Amino acid sequence: MSTATPAAQAYPTYADALHALVEADERVLVVTAENRGNIRKLPPILGDRFLDVGICEQTMIGMGAGLALRGRVPVMHALATFLVFRPYEFIRDDLGIPCLPGKLVGAVPGVLSDANGPTHQALEDVALMRGIPNMHVFCPADGEDLALGLPHVVGSPNPTYIRHNERPAPVRHAPFELGRAEVVLEGEDIGILVYGALFTEALEAARLLAAQGRSVRLVNMRMLKPVDADAIEATVRRCGLVVTIEDAFKVGGLHTILAETCLARGVLPRRTLAIAFDERWFTPALLPAVLEVEGLTAPRLAERIAAALA
Amino acid sequence: MTATAPAATDRAALALKVREHIVRMSTDGGCFLGASLSCADLIVHLYTSVLRLAPGRLADPDRDYCLLSKGHDVPALYGTLAELGYLDPARLANHLKPTDSIYWHPNRKVPGVEFHSGSLGHLLSVSAGIAYDQRMRQSPGRVFVIVGDGELDEGSMWEGLLVASAKRLDNLVVIVDRNAFQANVRTEMLIPLEPLEDKFRAFGCAPVRCDGHDFAALDRAFATLPLEAGKPTVVIADTVRGRGLPSIEARADRWFCNFTHDEVGALLKELHGEARATVQSETLIVR
Repeated sequence: MSTATPAAQAYPTYADALHALVEADERVLVVTAENRGNIRKLPPILGDRFLDVGICEQTMIGMGAGLALRGRVPVMHALATFLVFRPYEFIRDDLGIPCLPGKLVGAVPGVLSDANGPTHQALEDVALMRGIPNMHVFCPADGEDLALGLPHVVGSPNPTYIRHNERPAPVRHAPFELGRAEVVLEGEDIGILVYGALFTEALEAARLLAAQGRSVRLVNMRMLKPVDADAIEATVRRCGLVVTIEDAFKVGGLHTILAETCLARGVLPRRTLAIAFDERWFTPALLPAVLEVEGLTAPRLAERIAAALA
Repeated sequence: MTATAPAATDRAALALKVREHIVRMSTDGGCFLGASLSCADLIVHLYTSVLRLAPGRLADPDRDYCLLSKGHDVPALYGTLAELGYLDPARLANHLKPTDSIYWHPNRKVPGVEFHSGSLGHLLSVSAGIAYDQRMRQSPGRVFVIVGDGELDEGSMWEGLLVASAKRLDNLVVIVDRNAFQANVRTEMLIPLEPLEDKFRAFGCAPVRCDGHDFAALDRAFATLPLEAGKPTVVIADTVRGRGLPSIEARADRWFCNFTHDEVGALLKELHGEARATVQSETLIVR
């Protein structure tokens, strides 16, 4: 279990964590389709190990496959929507079918797209990427989780989709293990399964519910593929209400994974609550306002969960 | 051209054997016959006279690469690989059988096949990635990618050319099998491509055009690579769909063919200059 103390930025930024991997392993290259926001410091440092192909997402994936055929591990960057949707068939064909270790880092996924509007809202990215055989999916809870997991997912032989998220870490996270979830809080009344940017709100909601006398288990899923089915099954067996929280469409995401896991394991949750976007995009605004209007702040999450218990 | 380029007559003889393999694959399920016959001479030329590659060199990081972006022409590659010792010729009899990996599109489990394809517009960028790494490693290796002319409809081809020329990948050679047909119609009747050389030049490439069935012309086109320092080379090879079988040459309806065994027998004779075959099997239009 994690210790519930603030991490105080005691972890590297994404750019620094990636730079360390490039320095340590000559196979690793940094590639972007003219999306440099999270790697701004790297171009002058990396020379030809930094490759910017311009606004050409399909070409980036194809070149990434070619680089991987030559033994490289290309870490490719674009906004999550443009990275997943525009070149989806290239990802499927050129990384998925041959199982090449291309790493796809999607910026501002889910609610992190703020006020950009529906064109920029990657809400079906998890469903689409986990549908590709061989593809791994890593959805870090915050900046520390990202830094902890990055060496593991970049080092794996599989193609991997990474939902970039550098929100400040509200806890000190446990060491990362590929395909394993992190149990952050232990409890029995409510089991919360969460991934990605809403981890912070889910943690605070769990604390609010605990203050109301509820016992809450909180699981940071970390990876949705391979998924930690044991952690899901344990939550279902242990908790009266199982809640999934995700900034994604309900179809194909964590709630679907819960249902699939229950069927596969032959367990049935007593009650469930799916907190996700259901057949609609969210209202564009700055992140705090998005969380407010969509009922995703910690107090609103706690209210919704308490209502489901009633 | 390598120092060991065989005489044009030897390449023509090899291409005839490759065409026999292609025709033999056009039954019991069939194959994309027309597109395979149009690039058979090109592929034979590349493997015998251009590529720094041999069956024993596939693990050499400094070798050349050859990729088929218009993957449905793979029977021409299967036949060439079998004739040149990359692939056991007996395996060609496994065409379309679930026990092997020899089917309508390339699979890199087949020795000599670099990468799978089938969806058009992919392997130009894959080739550019290989070329970028070769240059990073200061390798003398080059990448040759065979694309269809119909495939040039795909935006990803032009996007890939923009990037390849921006990155000055002059170790990349794009070969257009200009057989003038898309799947079902002539290119110029649907999405006109000409003037192609001007288009490639405008995208930062160095183009050259030649007769894709004339080995002497191919020798000249590939004599000096890159054509211009700092630019990808594009060889536009004018070809004929169905080349070698006058009974089906340049016909829109003979792209994918599934003939009877008797028809294949007649077509094999036609390949060798005997009377035109009469083929009545139903035309199959795929795509």
